[in-house]
Amino acid sequence: MICIKDFSKSFTIHHLDQTRTAIEGVSFDVKKGEFLGIVGESGSGKSTILKSIYGTYKPSSGTVTYDSKAFGEVDLHGITDRALISLRTNEIGYVSQFLKVMPRTTTLELVINSMLEMGVDKEAAETEAKEALRHFDIPEALWHNYPNTFSGGEKLRLNIACAIVKKPRLLLLDEPTASLDEKSKLKVRETISKLIDGGTTLIGIFHDLEFMDGLCTKVYDMNTKTIEERAV
Amino acid sequence: MHKTDDVVLSIKDLSKQFGNGCDYCKDDSAELQKNMCPHCNTVHAVKNVSFDLYEGEILGVVGESGSGKSTLMKMLYFDQEASTGTYVLPEDPNAEDNVFLVSSQRKRQIRNEQLGMVYQNPMLGLKMDFSSVTNIAEKLIASGNRNVGQMTDRADHFLNKVNIPLRRKYEAPKNFSGGMQQRVQIAKALSNYPPILLLDEVTTGLDLSVQADVLELIKEIQRDMGVSMIVVSHDLAIIRMLCDRTMVMLDGQVIEHGITDQILEDPQHEYTQQLVYSIL
Repeated sequence: MICIKDFSKSFTIHHLDQTRTAIEGVSFDVKKGEFLGIVGESGSGKSTILKSIYGTYKPSSGTVTYDSKAFGEVDLHGITDRALISLRTNEIGYVSQFLKVMPRTTTLELVINSMLEMGVDKEAAETEAKEALRHFDIPEALWHNYPNTFSGGEKLRLNIACAIVKKPRLLLLDEPTASLDEKSKLKVRETISKLIDGGTTLIGIFHDLEFMDGLCTKVYDMNTKTIEERAV
Repeated sequence: MHKTDDVVLSIKDLSKQFGNGCDYCKDDSAELQKNMCPHCNTVHAVKNVSFDLYEGEILGVVGESGSGKSTLMKMLYFDQEASTGTYVLPEDPNAEDNVFLVSSQRKRQIRNEQLGMVYQNPMLGLKMDFSSVTNIAEKLIASGNRNVGQMTDRADHFLNKVNIPLRRKYEAPKNFSGGMQQRVQIAKALSNYPPILLLDEVTTGLDLSVQADVLELIKEIQRDMGVSMIVVSHDLAIIRMLCDRTMVMLDGQVIEHGITDQILEDPQHEYTQQLVYSIL
């Protein structure tokens, strides 16, 4: 499904005349329906990999190949901006640690809008959005509030809800459990299990090594640059 | 709105110079002082700009004052003549090879049927002494409408959409606040359902809550009406919120373009980096 080959990324900071290498020589592949966990200490380049797969970062060298539904096998950095935007809308989801919101957009509208982008009709979008919000225990009383009034945990759950209603083929998770309590973590776990059962391919970064147990089929270690198969 | 890959507006090698130019600055590799020729003082306000605008997308244009953003927009709306370049509107029934070269009558028709423009300064887009309804009717008459009842209905519809209380629709915009004037301008620009909307610094100078209203309105128009837009702003926060793709301009040229999060999180050009590091 996704294949990363000899991937390196460095950032050139012009005003300091400096080039910093974030990651070097990363290679791995993830098959359809697998769940790859990426581990490593802070600053080891975990998020850099996810952002490079999502196309936010351009590689300094190497390739990221993705087997898309719309265009077949593509190099994610060799396709047009429009093609990448369309893959992001319809196939590749990304859950970051931060919630991006439009001003004056309510929680419910936010989830609905992420589905409308895909061309889902309004009524169906509303029904599914409500279901997702209920699933993630975001109380109905908050649906018409603006998300920037939310607690950290609520924001994170909302973020995941927005990504999941789109039923992505490939989902990238950047520390989706970072500020969650045990109960919410269980919810996220349950959702991820369901996604795996439904055939979604996942790549995630976790600090919480326990959380990965029994979920991840593979683990990539940033320090040793090796991949280890796990029994689920 | 489902996104397709249809180009609705295509620009190739567009340039605008103020002055005659000389042998020195006619050479593309000539070194200029910012955008001015050191020999003949010709200002190259926009230089060799090419881009496509796709159906239903919002394309952002950022850059400092004097980088050529507004000149670019004025040329697209025929407020200013282009020096060189081609401009194609493939979705227009006529779809000429270059609409910069068509008659002024035809340009007016394109302006009235294909384009909507919202200026930073509402004085440029509105007749301040005429009522809001009249302002909208003016645009509708220009695009061939003659039925008064229909035009009033259309005006009501769009004034309602931009949250202007209908009891004030016969008032002249000069009595309105800046934010209200801007919203009347948007209503006017939208009133004949143009497939392409040009927005030049529309939220600059508005207070935060009015700014939020206008941004919300722009997003809603994109979503519900599938209008393609070019949004010029020097405010990267607004670009981040609205735009699918973004071009960065400096001294009349496009120095970097890409998907908006690529520009904001992995800027390549020195100037773009400076710009991004300056976000509050």
